[in-house]
Amino acid sequence: MAEAFGDLFAREATPEAVRAAEAGCGFDPDLWGKLAAAGAPGMAVGVADGGGGASLVDLAVVVHEWGRRIAPVPLVEHAVCARLLTSVGGQRDLVTAVTSGELIATLAPGPVEPGGTALLVPAGAVADVVAARRGDDIVVARGRPPGAARPNTADLPLADRDLSGAETVASGAAAASVWDRALAEWKALMAVAYAGLAGEVLSMGVAYTKQRHQFGVPVGSFQAVQHGLADAATRSEGARLLAFRAVSAVDAGRADGARLASMALLFGAESARFAADRVLQYHGGYGYSAEYDVQLYYRRAAGWLLQLGEPAAEIAKLADADLGPKAV
Amino acid sequence: MDFTMPARAEDFRAEVQQFLAEHLTGEMIAATRDGTIHSPALHRAIADRGWLSGAVPAELGGGGMDPVELCVLLEELQLHQAPADALGVAVVAVSMILEHGRDHLRGTVAPRLMSGEVLACLGYSEPESGSDVAAARTRAVRDGDRWVINGSKMWTTLAHVADYVLLLTRTDPEVPKHRGLTFFVVPLDTAGIEIQAVETMGNERSNATFYDDVVLGDEWRLGEVNDGWTVMKTALKYERGIAGGQFPSPPVIEAAVDWARRARRADGSRPIDDDEVRNKLVRAMIDVEVCRSFAYHTAALASEGTMFGVEGSMTKLFASESYKKHCAWFLDMMGAEGLLTHDDPGAHMDGLIEEHFRHAPVTAIYGGTSEINRNLVAEGWLGLPRSRS
Ligand SMILES: Cc1cc2nc3c(=O)[nH]c(=O)nc-3n(C[C@H](O)[C@H](O)[C@H](O)COP(=O)(O)OP(=O)(O)OC[C@H]3O[C@@H](n4cnc5c(N)ncnc54)[C@H](O)[C@@H]3O)c2cc1C
Repeated sequence: MAEAFGDLFAREATPEAVRAAEAGCGFDPDLWGKLAAAGAPGMAVGVADGGGGASLVDLAVVVHEWGRRIAPVPLVEHAVCARLLTSVGGQRDLVTAVTSGELIATLAPGPVEPGGTALLVPAGAVADVVAARRGDDIVVARGRPPGAARPNTADLPLADRDLSGAETVASGAAAASVWDRALAEWKALMAVAYAGLAGEVLSMGVAYTKQRHQFGVPVGSFQAVQHGLADAATRSEGARLLAFRAVSAVDAGRADGARLASMALLFGAESARFAADRVLQYHGGYGYSAEYDVQLYYRRAAGWLLQLGEPAAEIAKLADADLGPKAV
Repeated sequence: MDFTMPARAEDFRAEVQQFLAEHLTGEMIAATRDGTIHSPALHRAIADRGWLSGAVPAELGGGGMDPVELCVLLEELQLHQAPADALGVAVVAVSMILEHGRDHLRGTVAPRLMSGEVLACLGYSEPESGSDVAAARTRAVRDGDRWVINGSKMWTTLAHVADYVLLLTRTDPEVPKHRGLTFFVVPLDTAGIEIQAVETMGNERSNATFYDDVVLGDEWRLGEVNDGWTVMKTALKYERGIAGGQFPSPPVIEAAVDWARRARRADGSRPIDDDEVRNKLVRAMIDVEVCRSFAYHTAALASEGTMFGVEGSMTKLFASESYKKHCAWFLDMMGAEGLLTHDDPGAHMDGLIEEHFRHAPVTAIYGGTSEINRNLVAEGWLGLPRSRS
């Protein structure tokens, strides 16, 4: 299954398709349609709810390929939100339409005020359904997506969404655990996506430095270049292993799942940014040109994590959990 | 692919912890201050428990312990700061002997190494050759049924407490360097051997060893004449299997947390409430989880029967470089107090962080330097051409 989706992404989510999506709001409706036809949007939703019944680990293998191609479709937000909707026992028609991919779903990571607008929602430009945390509740808003993104570094479909009409779907302790789990899934899967991104950017770096000659030899034979790429490969491989460990832990509902997911995301983002930085550097001037693909990866490596908020806030949460809260 | 530790590993972890509670004492750890990271009593206890022979692959005649359990054993030994440097060396030495040795070595040396009765040390590096280990110059010359060895080795760690040295020698200086090497297992009480202490910044003691007309019977030869490089490659392979060193940071992080909770700054605040300190502690904990992911992955590969290669280089590179970084961070965090050594009665936790700070650099040097590991990753993982400069 992973292989089939890998082929689909390789065939359809080409760098040309990524660039074409950048001209719009960072979304490729054709690709989404093909993924929906192949069952990707609901693959990790239970069979009883019309999904594919795949585990989070299976989904992660597909997400790795999605990340490798920086495919302009909100696969991770959608898959996580679909699972959230089924776990709160959402309305049947909504669950069905989201599972099939007919409606696109996402979640707003930050808390929203009653009657308020959620700012810079990931996939907010294209999502028909937005889940959010409001006070002790989880709320879900349905509505026509704006179809336009706020212009951003990574050309992601970020948009503000009015959640005033959102309905409460879960409250209290139940809402807290469902929400925490959804965020942990989002983080662990994005960590895996980062591993895909880093792997691809490193392949580009290897291919380029093997064929680019200076001083009569491939630039990839210079040890300074090799060592930078070797460090990037080492960190990226460590990030990949930690990301899949986090997915397994979250999937199994283990107590350390959320901690590992958060760590994997932070480390994955950092490693991928390091890899993209080294590979851009070792392309020389061409790496900086719009024509080459490195820049597409470089910008997303920065963008994906920041959709969640400040990395410092994520670190602060880990610190609170592991070291106890700060005295004020 | 399994990315988490199976349940059986956690059961085994409890067993190891119980063992260490019984056998590892504070005195043993303190005794390593003389520079020898070896405790005879602990070494024997580990061997008696079957874990030394267990770490030797079954196909060679060892106990063939589950690699996942072996990984847990090494992790726990390191987390408890157990002085167990001789364990890994013994496992490598036995594996080399069982794979390449003839009757004499297999019958007399290997069983006693496995039982923990005798110790081995490794004589690869020389004053003039380290990373380029195949450039060894220590000469062995055949004289009828005997060999005469002359030369010197550098960094023969544990030689002063060991019974045997696995010695890499040059038997043919006329051919390309990899083709003129031969290995010997040399009893360290043979006439003509001198051992001199080499002191280090981290207090660990190593040795320079000198070989002056050392005469040895051919039964001590390990592997074929001029085929020492084949033996060396096996050594590196087995070394990867028992490579510890993945978990050097946790004791440092624990000590840093302890200090950050207790210390008070001039304004009365606790360092643990400082965002910069918290950030560094969290980042160090993330690095530890990365090390753990590497270690579990290589153990899982080994237990599936896949002999890993470059993954071992990545693991060592990441673990040692991040450990160095953590030691520097937490030394700095403590300011002048961080400089106090265990000889100062006021040193925090007996100067633990300071000691690790001095020890950390060597982890990026011995057992393959970080640069050599980067070369291996560049060539073996990324497929880049051999480097030119
Ligand atoms: C405390 C301690 C204990 C040790 N114990 C043992 C032991 O028990 N048995 C044993 O045999 N050895 C032992 N060693 C030796 C250790 O394996 C060597 O120090 C190590 O392999 C490096 O060799 P070297 O010190 O000669 O440095 P060199 O090889 O001279 O290296 C010097 C510098 O050049 C770099 N360099 C070398 N070659 C390359 C290259 N191709 N590309 C890029 N950079 C390169 C190195 O990374 C290093 O930074 C020990 C060393 C220490 C410090």
